[in-house]
Amino acid sequence: MLLLVLWGVRSAHAQSPSDAGFLSILGELREASYPDKEAIIDRLSQTGHPSVRAVLTAFMEDRLFYRTAEKPEDQKIVIVKSTEGDPAVLDLIDPLTLKAAGTAPMDSLTGINTNNHLRQVLGTVVAHFALASPDASVRLEAVHNMMRSPDEATLKLLREQSGVETNARVRKEISMALALVALDDMNPQVRLEAVRTLRGSTGQDVRNRLALLMEKSADGKFAEPDDQVRAAATTAVKVIDQWRTFYSVIETLFFGLSLGSVLVLIAIGLAITFGVMGVINMAHGELMMLGAYTTYVVQTLMPGHIAISVLVAIPAAFIVSALTGIVIERTIIRFLYGRPLETLLATFGVSLILQQLVRSIFSALNKSVVTPEWMSGSLQINDALSITYNRLYIVIFTLLVFGAIMAVLKRTRLGLDIRAVSQNRSMARAMGIRSEWVDAMTFGLGSGIAGVAGVALSQLTNVGPNLGQSYIIDSFMVVVFGGVGNLWGALIGGMSMGIANKLLEPYSGAVLAKIFILIALILFIQAKPRGLFPQSGRSSGDN
Amino acid sequence: MLLLQRSWITASGKSPSEEARRGAWFLGALAFVAIVVPILNQAVPPTSAFHLSAFALTLIGKYMCYAMLALAVDLIWGYCGILSLGHAAFFSLGGYAMGMYLMRQIGTRGVYGDPVLPDFMVFLNWKSLPWFWYGFNHFAFAVAMMFIVPALLAGVFGWFAFRSRVTGVYFSIITQALSYALMLAFFRNDMGFGGNNGFTDFKEILGYDLHSDRTKVVLLVLTVVALAASYLACRAIVESRAGRVMRAIRDAESRTRFLGYPVESFKLWVFVFSAIVAGIAGALFVPQVGVINPGEFAPINSIEVVIWVAVGGRGTLFGAALGAVLVNYAKTYLTGAFPEVWLYALGALFVLVTLFLPRGIAGLIPSKVKEK
Repeated sequence: MLLLVLWGVRSAHAQSPSDAGFLSILGELREASYPDKEAIIDRLSQTGHPSVRAVLTAFMEDRLFYRTAEKPEDQKIVIVKSTEGDPAVLDLIDPLTLKAAGTAPMDSLTGINTNNHLRQVLGTVVAHFALASPDASVRLEAVHNMMRSPDEATLKLLREQSGVETNARVRKEISMALALVALDDMNPQVRLEAVRTLRGSTGQDVRNRLALLMEKSADGKFAEPDDQVRAAATTAVKVIDQWRTFYSVIETLFFGLSLGSVLVLIAIGLAITFGVMGVINMAHGELMMLGAYTTYVVQTLMPGHIAISVLVAIPAAFIVSALTGIVIERTIIRFLYGRPLETLLATFGVSLILQQLVRSIFSALNKSVVTPEWMSGSLQINDALSITYNRLYIVIFTLLVFGAIMAVLKRTRLGLDIRAVSQNRSMARAMGIRSEWVDAMTFGLGSGIAGVAGVALSQLTNVGPNLGQSYIIDSFMVVVFGGVGNLWGALIGGMSMGIANKLLEPYSGAVLAKIFILIALILFIQAKPRGLFPQSGRSSGDN
Repeated sequence: MLLLQRSWITASGKSPSEEARRGAWFLGALAFVAIVVPILNQAVPPTSAFHLSAFALTLIGKYMCYAMLALAVDLIWGYCGILSLGHAAFFSLGGYAMGMYLMRQIGTRGVYGDPVLPDFMVFLNWKSLPWFWYGFNHFAFAVAMMFIVPALLAGVFGWFAFRSRVTGVYFSIITQALSYALMLAFFRNDMGFGGNNGFTDFKEILGYDLHSDRTKVVLLVLTVVALAASYLACRAIVESRAGRVMRAIRDAESRTRFLGYPVESFKLWVFVFSAIVAGIAGALFVPQVGVINPGEFAPINSIEVVIWVAVGGRGTLFGAALGAVLVNYAKTYLTGAFPEVWLYALGALFVLVTLFLPRGIAGLIPSKVKEK
């Protein structure tokens, strides 16, 4: 290793990275024996070529191949993107530029073999390169990888790195890694120090390692002979457990929030049509489904731009659903104002027609909407807590939509008209507000939000004709819980129902959780028949 | 929120004799079915064009059960203004009670041949019968449960709901959620009700083979009798003084309360009675159709019942039964001939009936007694 570093320093002056030289060294791998390969790895790492790390990583993971050919000059070396699942055709990557280089059938390639020793050498070299990376996340990853099989060489690397590391997280990770190894030290003082360091960790593996110290072997001796160290380990395990419980509660709360956000998103639209207009829209779920299908169509129309297609789909879905909603209002609902039960039945009929329509156009099979890259993956906060981006974005998105609707209702002329008509229709008409037009617009607004909710749902579940039905009953319950016609009620009701659902789920299972919540809701409306935020004043009177 | 219910709904303005006159036709039609169907099936040789197949028997029996369910919904919706979207739950509970009896009757003839445990329990490695299955090997106990279980659920649920003045669409949504929750619960295997397969593969009822035409005919006649009996019971309720209070509640709930009537008790008793009728319908449905599974709880089933009533004529008892038979006949025909079209047709039916035919088909039949 030392030799390698020295050579590296020397060679950095001696030769400039040349593609041809790099390729020719790489080419030698085809015929080389295992000891030769080790030497070639050293020479490759000295070239300082920008793609060394990628090539060596591929080599370590058995993804380095050469094309099977008669003539040596045709036996080009390639990196294969992935060999998982033994595909017949492999995606290739050029080892020089690291760009995609077409595909090749499996049987036209020959693998460059490695053995255990070689892989270990490669691991150290690759880790060395990774630790030198300017990207902190790459360095973090490298530390993780090195800790899977720590040996003298990696430990030395880590100690060196901890001296120069600038990123606090990476530094902490390195100190944890070194402390884990130090648990095996002969000196109890060093072990004690290590246990104290590890107390700050949240990882399951660290916890288990510490718990091992307190175990007794068959002859009644503790794995850890020193009482002091054992006592420290006991506290450390307790502390770690507490933190892990804390983070798992946070995670559950976050799952609850994200489920609640979906409910809120649906319930906002319902609160407008149900609350403000007194109309039960059973087709609300199907308007959501239309929004989800719009997302699918937009994505199919712009195949190369998945990342933006979701953003384009939001206004598109709003318009599609809003227009559908306005048509429903103009042709059916306006004849049924003041007869909520009849509206319920008629809109249920509409929902059946919309479902069948979608089945006829798109077939009954589920369509898959691709999640754009910026929405996939997760935010790793620490070992015990990670938050998936799509859920995070949905929470944020819900709050944005909520804010936007609040702004429309409170700050715009349309909002003023809507509130006026919902509070006192005849007085509003007397003041010159075209209540019919306001009705259509209100219904359009509520329906449009359903469409937007559909876009969000398309990122979470399958897009199919039954998409609307699965959430609609829950959302109606949110509206009943929060209080009809109150957006704050929808927000708080939805979030608390989402959280309650997720908190109960681990104990009772998803189905029983739903049943408990229904019972709780029935009991709740005993105390508050008009929900959390009852409507007051003239419009709330019954009969 | 709740505006005055329109008082155009027929029965309020109609004299009792009008329902009685049409009811006579209805009962006559039922008697006709009860006499002619057995003859066509049993006496007419299978080669004859007039022979009624076992399939047709089952179908007619199914329609009769649905008609009973429609009566139950019409009683509370048409006469008391309570739109329940959970009646499929009472129907299914009655069905499950009957199903449990029929499962116990299978005995050693099941696939696993266990004398006590039904097949699905053996399959799930259960060692003993859960406590709530005790007694279902006795027919009398099972029949009692067909009454008690739906009544109990309706009673407890209704007591909570009506007491806190949950009315109108709120009640509809809560009942729908109730039915939905029950569906999810019955889908679970560990509930002990056969999970998503439910109960099927029944062998016999009271010792009679369920697959023989003779048993089917008897069951059908029993169903027709039950339908006639529930029709007469509903009519008796509707035409009594209590029926008038119900209509008053439907048309102006607050006023009725101000007049001193215990609105909540009236609603609760009607709701419970309606649930019992639905439960019996379900219990008669299961041995004829030969299967009961959690799908029967699906919210859409409850809503379909409402549309039968709306099509037939809300607020006329015979209309509700008529609507159930007609819509279901259309469903049988369309799902067979044009499966794509059925949901369009059902959807359009919902919309058109509520928009243009608020009194349903019954409203189209010219009335001899001049209205108003």
